[in-house]
Amino acid sequence: MKRSQKSSQGSAWLSYQLYILLSSLGNIVRTPLPSLMMVGVIGIALALPTGLYLLLENVQYISRDWGGAAQISLFLRHDLGENEIEDLADRLYQHPDISNVRLITPADALKEYQTFSGDALQTLSENPLPTVLVIQPASSDNAINQILLEKLQELAEVEVAQFDMLWAKRLFAMLEIVQRGTLILAILLSLAVLLIVGNTIRLAVQSRRKEIEINKLVGATDAFIRQPFLYTGFWYGLLGGTIAWLLITISLWSLQGPVKKLTALYYSKFELITLGMLPSATLLLVGILLGLIGAWISVNRHLRDIQPS
Amino acid sequence: MIIFNEVSKRYTNNYQALQGVNFHLKRGELAFLTGHSGAGKTTLLRLIALIERNVGGQILINGQNLNRLSNQHIPYLRRRIGVTFQDHRLLFDRTVFDNVALPLVVVGYGHKEIRRRVRAALDKVGLLNKEKSYPITLSGGQQQRVGIARAVVNKPPILLADEPTGNLDPALAKEIMNLFLQFNQVGVTVLIASHALGLIKSMGHRTLILQQGHLVGDTYPIK
Repeated sequence: MKRSQKSSQGSAWLSYQLYILLSSLGNIVRTPLPSLMMVGVIGIALALPTGLYLLLENVQYISRDWGGAAQISLFLRHDLGENEIEDLADRLYQHPDISNVRLITPADALKEYQTFSGDALQTLSENPLPTVLVIQPASSDNAINQILLEKLQELAEVEVAQFDMLWAKRLFAMLEIVQRGTLILAILLSLAVLLIVGNTIRLAVQSRRKEIEINKLVGATDAFIRQPFLYTGFWYGLLGGTIAWLLITISLWSLQGPVKKLTALYYSKFELITLGMLPSATLLLVGILLGLIGAWISVNRHLRDIQPS
Repeated sequence: MIIFNEVSKRYTNNYQALQGVNFHLKRGELAFLTGHSGAGKTTLLRLIALIERNVGGQILINGQNLNRLSNQHIPYLRRRIGVTFQDHRLLFDRTVFDNVALPLVVVGYGHKEIRRRVRAALDKVGLLNKEKSYPITLSGGQQQRVGIARAVVNKPPILLADEPTGNLDPALAKEIMNLFLQFNQVGVTVLIASHALGLIKSMGHRTLILQQGHLVGDTYPIK
């Protein structure tokens, strides 16, 4: 008897939750234009960092192989003999972090330069170019290669050691900055979403002031009064997240054509990375969480001010 | 059931609404609370439902000291006290049924139970045929009865009424008072604030008289 009463209370609770879930959606739908504007703003705020994130993913995907191809050039001291150079090359070849060593003699280098720059170097009385060892690192990990570079720099025979593709390194450094910027932007825009949701919920709380007072008078707990507003926040978050997803998907779709054209020019089979299942789910989840948190903070702040009189 | 022990209430603007009020309303008793407007009748009722807190003395409701009741527990106290208001406090965008159902929804009753209890309460105040109406379409007396139905729907052991016959003609006022008598007859402790002295006298019940915040009279009818 007692158990059946309890379970009927439980199902009453569940059906009530379902009821306010739907009725809070109903309240949003009943004022379509303001709601759409509100949800649109949330959508754009969520879409911006998501779009930047996708851009980064794509750039990183394209440049993935460049990082692996980064070679190290060792410019050797002028006063080294041929044997010493051979020795050094052999030693480096044995190094576990190095997969290959290629020797460029001053004569080879001069020849290479001449094919590019014509006769400019002919006027020099002697060959100014140093002997160069081109090191192919075994790893494609930038951090490991950085350490390798520093080790090579310390060798007595080495004048200068540098990455061949410094610009690739610079690109990665820039990407890191953009990445950090995206994170900051995401945090700022999340705060904006919290404020937007919070303000809207504040207005909703105020417009239902009388109802809240009467609910309190007949014994409603704060948790009870909070619920519909939390559900409203939930819907704003979910709908905002959905709009963001749509904005991103439409943008990617419109970019697909030009990107294909460009990659065809590079003889590349590159395909745009789109928003996958997991990032999409994350986007919606973040939207929902921001909606809930914004509503929670706002309701708690303003519920305290409303006491029956 | 309701014990006031040297209870005082002073508002922030230094207005002394109640001063050293003592009385004891026993379980199942019915009493009227009377006095001129501004005498502190409404304040006294508000202290019981914890719409306000007293600043001096003690109030015990069913053995519970209200001074020691934290704000989080106020809702549970209010569920055991039905209150009707002079201005009815109905939600005009909801039907009579939904208004009366409010205290049950707040507690979390199921649909069937809510329907059964709301119907019973509306039946008792004679408004069963109005359950789908909106309060705005009802007369003042009918609105007061909707408020009463809402106050009793949860079967609280205590019922407080603030000027329940405010603007009603004598016949209607008598009807409303008789409703409270009926609830009292089934064991509910009732406290009614009213300045309708003639009506109160004719009802023949204990009467507490307030004057400028002081309890100056506590009279029982001569049997």
